[in-house]
Amino acid sequence: MSRPVRFNIHPKQPDIHNNVAIAEMPPGLGGEGYFATSLESVVGLARKNSLWPLPFATSCCGIEFMATMASHYDLGRFGAERMGFTPRQCDLLMVMGTISKKMAPVLRQVYLQMAEPRWVLAVGACASSGGIFDSYSVLQGIDQVIPVDVYVPGCPPRPEAILDGILRIQDLVHAESLRRRNSEHYKALLNSYGIQ
Amino acid sequence: MELTNEYIKQRLEDKFGEQVTQFETPYGMFSFETTKENNLKVLQFLYDEPELGFQFLTDITAVHYPDQEGRELAVVYHLHNLAQNVRIRFKIFMPISQPDVFTATSLFACANWMERETYDFYGVNFVGHPNLKRILNVDEMDYFPMRKEFPLEDQTRADKDDDMFGRGGNIF
Repeated sequence: MSRPVRFNIHPKQPDIHNNVAIAEMPPGLGGEGYFATSLESVVGLARKNSLWPLPFATSCCGIEFMATMASHYDLGRFGAERMGFTPRQCDLLMVMGTISKKMAPVLRQVYLQMAEPRWVLAVGACASSGGIFDSYSVLQGIDQVIPVDVYVPGCPPRPEAILDGILRIQDLVHAESLRRRNSEHYKALLNSYGIQ
Repeated sequence: MELTNEYIKQRLEDKFGEQVTQFETPYGMFSFETTKENNLKVLQFLYDEPELGFQFLTDITAVHYPDQEGRELAVVYHLHNLAQNVRIRFKIFMPISQPDVFTATSLFACANWMERETYDFYGVNFVGHPNLKRILNVDEMDYFPMRKEFPLEDQTRADKDDDMFGRGGNIF
């Protein structure tokens, strides 16, 4: 007796309606054979559900993130299935763990090598504020060197908290205007970090 | 013949006389003090004598004693006789205003990194070291963080709970 999986060669009942997650349709005008909506909402929808995380894991939060990636918590459910361990095609930098002052230029270089649009998630107390390491060698929060979109509290945060951070990032990505990255405000923000 | 602490002390006193002092055995580890000009001679003597044979340098580090006038910095040498499994250590003291000592890199190759670390954290200047620069901290650092005049935490933070960071809170 073969297992009743979706892709059985001889399915008893083809079932594609109850186990495929479908994203919410953006508001728009629809009719017989056409659907009209704003480009912004379609692009937001596509970006939101195909985030490519770049894990920058240095310590215990990184271990917690491995649990988040693994089968039980399954980060892949949110369209973030593919981890890229390179800045080349990724658009979400997840910084997990203590960043020492010696590591800060490396982190900044990784951020600069990512192409726009890019988002940053600071996971855990150390990446967000230096955490318990209030000392001469530790960067007191990565927002001293790169702009951060979402902070996840916890020491270390549970996988649910990391998933919540990802969902918050998805909300930001979904709602972001296509013109935001060209705005004066955004350029001023990057300039405050010394990025052209 | 077993290598006893008394025997080591006897040999050192025969060789160096007044220049080795403060013999003690805290927690069973033989330790003494010598003058800072003597450090290489003592290391060489302990290395060369076949009965002593301390040919392994376990560690070099330093201690900062801010209360001791004129001898604020101590460099500590840990030595190990691998054949008989005996460990000893000795200290040399120096004023913090002029922390110059001779480098042990000609005797032990591994002293290179140990002395760089000691310089990095305590600012001890090892005269004759081939490459005396910071090894663990960032190069831009303009202080020696393990000296006790340097506060461990940033005293101006307002966004962290003081009770947890030794800034005047009370843990009891």
